[in-house]
Amino acid sequence: MAEKIISTDDVRHVAKLARLHLSDAEIEKFAGQLGTILEYVNKIGQLDVSNVPPMAHALPINNVLRDDVVEDPLPLEKVLQNAPHREDAFFAVPKVIGADEDSAG
Amino acid sequence: MLPFDTVIAAREAIASRKISAVELTRSVLERIEKLDERVKAFNSVYPELALEQARAVDEGKRSGPLAGVPIAIKDNLCTTWGTTTCSSRMLKNFHSPYDATVVQKLEAAGAVFVGKTNMDEFAMGSSTENSAFHTTRNPWDLERVPGGSSGGSAAALAAGMCCASVGSDTGGSIRQPAALCGVAGMKPTYGRVSRYGLVAFASSLDQIGPFTWDAADMAVMMNVIAGHDPRDSTSVNEPVADHAATLDKPLEGLRVGIAREFKLADGMDPAVEKAVDEAIAIYRKLGAQVVDVTLPHTDYGIAAYYVIAPCEASSNLARYDGVHFGHRTAEPVKDIVELFSRSRAEGFGDEVKRRIMIGTYALSSGYYDAYYVRALKVKTLIKRDFDEAFKSCDLIACPTTPTPAFKVGEKAADPLAMYLCDVFTVTCNIAGVAGLSIPCGFTSDANPLPIGLQLLGPAFSEPRLLQAAAAYQRETDWHKRRPVLA
Repeated sequence: MAEKIISTDDVRHVAKLARLHLSDAEIEKFAGQLGTILEYVNKIGQLDVSNVPPMAHALPINNVLRDDVVEDPLPLEKVLQNAPHREDAFFAVPKVIGADEDSAG
Repeated sequence: MLPFDTVIAAREAIASRKISAVELTRSVLERIEKLDERVKAFNSVYPELALEQARAVDEGKRSGPLAGVPIAIKDNLCTTWGTTTCSSRMLKNFHSPYDATVVQKLEAAGAVFVGKTNMDEFAMGSSTENSAFHTTRNPWDLERVPGGSSGGSAAALAAGMCCASVGSDTGGSIRQPAALCGVAGMKPTYGRVSRYGLVAFASSLDQIGPFTWDAADMAVMMNVIAGHDPRDSTSVNEPVADHAATLDKPLEGLRVGIAREFKLADGMDPAVEKAVDEAIAIYRKLGAQVVDVTLPHTDYGIAAYYVIAPCEASSNLARYDGVHFGHRTAEPVKDIVELFSRSRAEGFGDEVKRRIMIGTYALSSGYYDAYYVRALKVKTLIKRDFDEAFKSCDLIACPTTPTPAFKVGEKAADPLAMYLCDVFTVTCNIAGVAGLSIPCGFTSDANPLPIGLQLLGPAFSEPRLLQAAAAYQRETDWHKRRPVLA
């Protein structure tokens, strides 16, 4: 590749956004692989799409509504049955407030 | 071989008491016991559940179109029995609190569930080599991959460890392993089958579909699983035609389209090209009219797919946070962000990480328009290609894959080479149309490898695809070949 499409700093940033804790060696490895993939997908840049609308769904399905009826939710035990850590009726997590600035976001 | 290895043969043998459901289930379990050490199609097997379900059939407590038929389920469909792992460390111990709609429907139809099948982690891959647990082997040649991501479901059927199975297809994940394992695989029209309880990968592309030996079995399975589901707002409220009603109808006048874009691909195996040409000759002989069509944006399919699917995956997989369910790091963490980041890094394999990062990158500020929005515009162009082509033909015939099954390890180090396996299958998902792969020949290798013919039709054309497949299968016997597994 003549020019790096995605730098190690870019990968570091993306991994942070995606909440993936990566080692320096992994960042190095992924930068190369992601660069190859992005170089390939850049092919879509060759097409003239200036007058083409984007399509989110292949079928014309919009605004599917249902009546606002109260139904039985999953029982609490079932909701919590896979929780790695729980306390009583709650999912347990480390302290959120006052930690890293973007914790709450 | 199983005494009765197709859906229809099994249910008829059970109904006429040639064999009991328990006996058939036992022979399936024995085969799994004997063969799966080598094939590795299953992540988990549930003999007690299967025998209990079979016993209820024999006692007349369960009935339906699948009464007593042993079926394997891809491990990304939620089941209240056993685990639902997606072949990921992240969900290794996940017990779903509910059943997927498809699982409920199969159960109501009398099916016997034998186990959950291996796959590429979170359905991302084309070989099952991305499974966190093990690589499934192709029953026709154990040195080779079964395809993916639903490789376990395809291999389980091909090896006679069930009579039908279920998978999911986001870019070819049913049709490609079906082709590589010599069985039939259907990717229904987007919205035809409920996705409720399917662990989401790329929601606008994912569809659940069956693996069977032939068109008649496929019709039975589609009749069971198709239909609207209020719990999946993208499932379509469109009546389900009887998929079996037109199986015997002659093909006289059917217009079969041949798209030159499926001919020009680099790296096409001559044996695949020859087998598909011979299949098209059979369609001519059956009275079909063969017409040329064009799908000019086929070559952009993979590129658009590897923007759209990772973007959706990066959003869908944000739920794995080590808090609500799934893997949680045992390392000491200073705050909740580190808990998320470490849990995710430990729980996901490399391919999942790559796709999450590609998606996050493509959706991030400054790149969103150049990647995501542009890919959705290419989706429009690909959809228009199909709309235009289906004005002059009723279905399109092409290879399912450019090559037969490749060797384990051959493409594992090159993610892009793996992506290109799906070159003929992805556009079907992007356009939301229906696709079916059926066996159409074998290579001349020492261990002959199956070749797949792909039939693509407009939205809701599944009965027509099955009609065309059934007519072909009356003329050929590829669907009757079985791998030899001593």
